[in-house]
Amino acid sequence: MSVILVFLLVIAGFAGWWLSHQRLTAKPWLEQGLAGDFVGFDRSALPTAKIGLGVFLAVVGCLFSLFTSAYFMRMGLPDWQPLPLPRLLWLNTGVLVLSSVALQCAVIAARKGQIDNVRLGLATAGLTTLAFLVGQLMAWRQLTADGYLLASNPANSFFYLITGMHGLHILGGLVGLGRTSIGAWNGARPQRLRLSVELCAMYWHFLLFVWLCIFALLAGWAATFIDICRQLLT
Amino acid sequence: MVDVTPADAVPPAEVGEVELYHPHSWWTKYVFSQDAKVIAVQYSATATAIGLVALVLSWLMRLQLGFPGTFDFITPEAYYQFITMHGMIMVIYLLTALFLGGFGNYLIPLMVGARDMVFPYVNMLSYWVYLLAVLVLVSSFFAPGGPTGAGWTLYPPQAIMTGTPGGQDWGIILMLSSLILFIIGFTMGGLNYVVTVLQGRTRGMTLMRLPLTVWGIFTATVMALLAFPALFVACVMMLLDRALGTSFFMPAIVEMGQQLQHNGGSPILFQHLFWFFGHPEVYIVALPAFGIVSDLISTHARKNIFGYRMMVWAIIAIGALSFVVWAHHMYVSGMHPYFGFFFATTTLIIAVPTAIKVYNWVLTLWRGDIHLTIPMLFALAFIVTFVNGGLTGLFLGNVVVDVPLSDTMFVVAHFHMVMGVAPILVIFGAIYHWYPKVTGRMLDETLGKFHFWVTFLGAYLIFFPMHYLGLMGIPRRYAELTDMTIMTESAHHLNSFISIMAFIVGFAQMVFLFNLIWSIRHGREAGGNPWRATTLEWQTPQTPPAHGNFGKELPIVYRWAYDYSVPGAKEDFIPQNVPGDFAPSKEPS
Amino acid sequence: MAVVLVLVLIVVGSVLFHLLSPWWWTPIASNWDYIDNTIIISFWITGIVFAAVVLFMAYCVFRFRHREGNRAVYEPENKRLESWLMIVTAIGVTALLVPGLFVWSRFVTVPSDATEVEVVAQQWQWSFRLPGKDGKLGTSDTRDVTADNPLGVAPKDPNGQDDVLVEAADLHLPVGKPIKVLLRSIDVLHDFYIPEFRAKMDMIPGSVTYFWFTPTRTGTFQVLCAELCGQGHPLMHGVVVVDTEQDYLAWLGQQQTFAQLSAPQQSGSANQPPGKTIASNLGVAANSELSRSAQ
Repeated sequence: MSVILVFLLVIAGFAGWWLSHQRLTAKPWLEQGLAGDFVGFDRSALPTAKIGLGVFLAVVGCLFSLFTSAYFMRMGLPDWQPLPLPRLLWLNTGVLVLSSVALQCAVIAARKGQIDNVRLGLATAGLTTLAFLVGQLMAWRQLTADGYLLASNPANSFFYLITGMHGLHILGGLVGLGRTSIGAWNGARPQRLRLSVELCAMYWHFLLFVWLCIFALLAGWAATFIDICRQLLT
Repeated sequence: MVDVTPADAVPPAEVGEVELYHPHSWWTKYVFSQDAKVIAVQYSATATAIGLVALVLSWLMRLQLGFPGTFDFITPEAYYQFITMHGMIMVIYLLTALFLGGFGNYLIPLMVGARDMVFPYVNMLSYWVYLLAVLVLVSSFFAPGGPTGAGWTLYPPQAIMTGTPGGQDWGIILMLSSLILFIIGFTMGGLNYVVTVLQGRTRGMTLMRLPLTVWGIFTATVMALLAFPALFVACVMMLLDRALGTSFFMPAIVEMGQQLQHNGGSPILFQHLFWFFGHPEVYIVALPAFGIVSDLISTHARKNIFGYRMMVWAIIAIGALSFVVWAHHMYVSGMHPYFGFFFATTTLIIAVPTAIKVYNWVLTLWRGDIHLTIPMLFALAFIVTFVNGGLTGLFLGNVVVDVPLSDTMFVVAHFHMVMGVAPILVIFGAIYHWYPKVTGRMLDETLGKFHFWVTFLGAYLIFFPMHYLGLMGIPRRYAELTDMTIMTESAHHLNSFISIMAFIVGFAQMVFLFNLIWSIRHGREAGGNPWRATTLEWQTPQTPPAHGNFGKELPIVYRWAYDYSVPGAKEDFIPQNVPGDFAPSKEPS
Repeated sequence: MAVVLVLVLIVVGSVLFHLLSPWWWTPIASNWDYIDNTIIISFWITGIVFAAVVLFMAYCVFRFRHREGNRAVYEPENKRLESWLMIVTAIGVTALLVPGLFVWSRFVTVPSDATEVEVVAQQWQWSFRLPGKDGKLGTSDTRDVTADNPLGVAPKDPNGQDDVLVEAADLHLPVGKPIKVLLRSIDVLHDFYIPEFRAKMDMIPGSVTYFWFTPTRTGTFQVLCAELCGQGHPLMHGVVVVDTEQDYLAWLGQQQTFAQLSAPQQSGSANQPPGKTIASNLGVAANSELSRSAQ
């Protein structure tokens, strides 16, 4: 359970940093009045939707940390036989990076108010993301054809489970991306459009990060990395 | 001392008002409503309804335990289905949903001075997904093979094997699906509760001016958002094991002489995931109760909560620590014995902030002006049962003491006292306290007193003696207590007594339900602030609060939530939105 | 006012119940009286705290109940009082924890002269395996379980050939000698629990768990399963008999080894492999009858 504990430590660090700015040691019974000097503590200047998405991403991060923790715990048993990763995953990774880049371009365009570039970015992101999902499905088919079935070995099960769970989150993101695109083509207010494009980009970057971690995990690099850290410590 | 700005000099609340969704029809106003208050009532009603099912199930199992062999229809299969559904419903579908979905939805926006939750649409979806989860759960009663009988912990491998009711039928599949739905629904709601506290607070409502109720619900929600994914992961993996034949939790098994197809799974992995959720879950239920009871005691003792800062810090400390104690549920699970040292220590450390909370509740009563209203009675009863259950927790958390006591009736008695009876007493107190705000009328006092005495004394008489059955060594989850050499004749009599008390306490809940329904029309008119309380929900222009909660302008907060009996003030309470400096610090203390 | 009286009565009643009730632990039959002592310490400390908190609360309610003209004192906090309470609590918690951890370290440190005994659980009966003359248990694997080899002893392992198997019958143990109990399950989670011995541990299919104890008096003790294992869980009883050394050796002489049991001509009805029987009798009643007739 070390991965999830490290993840929670990061969350606790964030929470601690935020709380340390909230004057938790103040004596509230001595502070009547509107308290002009702490109006700033009322709320964050960030848009509420972004904070909401941030909290949601923390939950998603927690979910994948738990999958990773479970993976490491099972991996520790002696009969662990990892399956060979299909080469196709490299291509898929590239495609997913591309969609993240496209969304980042859309964000920049939205900030400058270039609606055509926003549309271009959104469309590219949508198509590359679909390509990623198709690529993942092809990787699954390839593995199945090679005899690495879902139920034949725990390592296989974990592979399908974790990649599948990531794919579902991408699929959910596509719903949001679709709504944003509808807004972009039907002339949503620039302010609003900019916010939704930014939210999409945030989600995509996070899922790309999750994918890179998963990729490292499934390829076995994460385990090697942890071994090296352990050796350095001892 | 901070300068006081005169009220009229303050500009109206200009900061980011939530975009309110205005209902257009009866359907969008009362059914598919996006108003947190309506959603709160929907959550509470659904949780209560499913909770009644769990109450009936507890009667059925008490029939079997108290009068073994008398009721033929309670077969071992049926008994295990009853205990499983009772436990699961009570912990997740009743307590979690009622505290966070019910009280959270109603109180957070009102107490922080917001018009509604920040994402009302997602909030509405949250309820409907929760309802769907409940319906899936209920459907398992009618599925072939009945609901699962794996115990609420759903430990594999037995949870998905033929020797367990529902293991190879629909029961376990529906249970896991329902949990997955619940978690999805909760996450939608939880995002709202957290972000509303972060971003929805009105002007002047700093964190240290929040009522402890909000602190409790807020921290519990943060914990739930981080803990429920563990249950989600466990459920998804077990569902795959059951439905697609994977082996996450299933090692090589010979069942009834047959080798199963599974190979290489780890049952302990499930336990780690389950309890990584399961232990924070205890505090997810407890922290809102802590918060609410603090406000009940303070309001009805007409005194500020003693040591407010310490109370806030303790809530945060308990929330953080509860994530590193999960394996104290697994002392006898065969995990590495050295974990025992670590987890016993962390577990007993949690006792310190928890004890501080208890001291501060009791010290709030000291030199107070205690009105023995029904909410106050329930708060006192909560302290008794919580202290009792918390102290037996020190037995079970202390690793070696847990060895003889684990999986006995002692554990059953302990967790019912600490996370069954205690939080439910708070829920009752809270309902008597806030019912006037929700409906505009008071609950009937005579019926309330009857309900209180029977529930409190009955529940104590059920669960206090039960500890001693566990001390004798009587295991929990036994459908038949026959043929056991340690089970004396007198222990059987004690069990019959406990069962009779359980029926009486259950009956008192019917009186409570009657009171709830009857008082909607016939209760005494309450007025806007019957308890003369300081927090914002009592300062709304209308009672019950109208759509948007606060009329044209949001309230502005000038003080903390506990200005009761301030020296120099005329009344014995000053609402949070009343300006002016009464300067208690200038008084000699 | 009734509430004050009730609060006091709860404290007095609880204490009296604790002292006078007939429901108490079974007479101990192992060396784990350390655990009992730790429980006694816990009862003292927690009992005092419970009585103190509830009685103080009763006093507050009595003394500061609302009367006309009363006004509460305004007292936001009292740092000194809070620090003192925190320190006292920390001391109390330490007093609970430290003895507990000492006993735990004893509990997890198996003495080197402990004899190994293996308990094998399956739905819903107990079997046992004792090392033979070589003093070693052979390896085992759930995948080796067949109708003729219901405990899954590895057929090729020479260490396992002389192991003594006790299938679905009583286990005998010599008094006064430390025993390391190795716990194994071939289907679901079980928990080997004898209330008089205080110790217990789950058994997990796929791995071997353990605990140790020394029986301190002779007698017949009932084994209970303490981990929900399906619908037959409450009927999963077994028997452990603690014998004098002589009686134990006499009993041991009558038992059969793995090699004897798996010899092809063997077809004793008393030792019919339970696997077959269970496969044909799914019902609980039939199964528990089997274990009873075996006793």
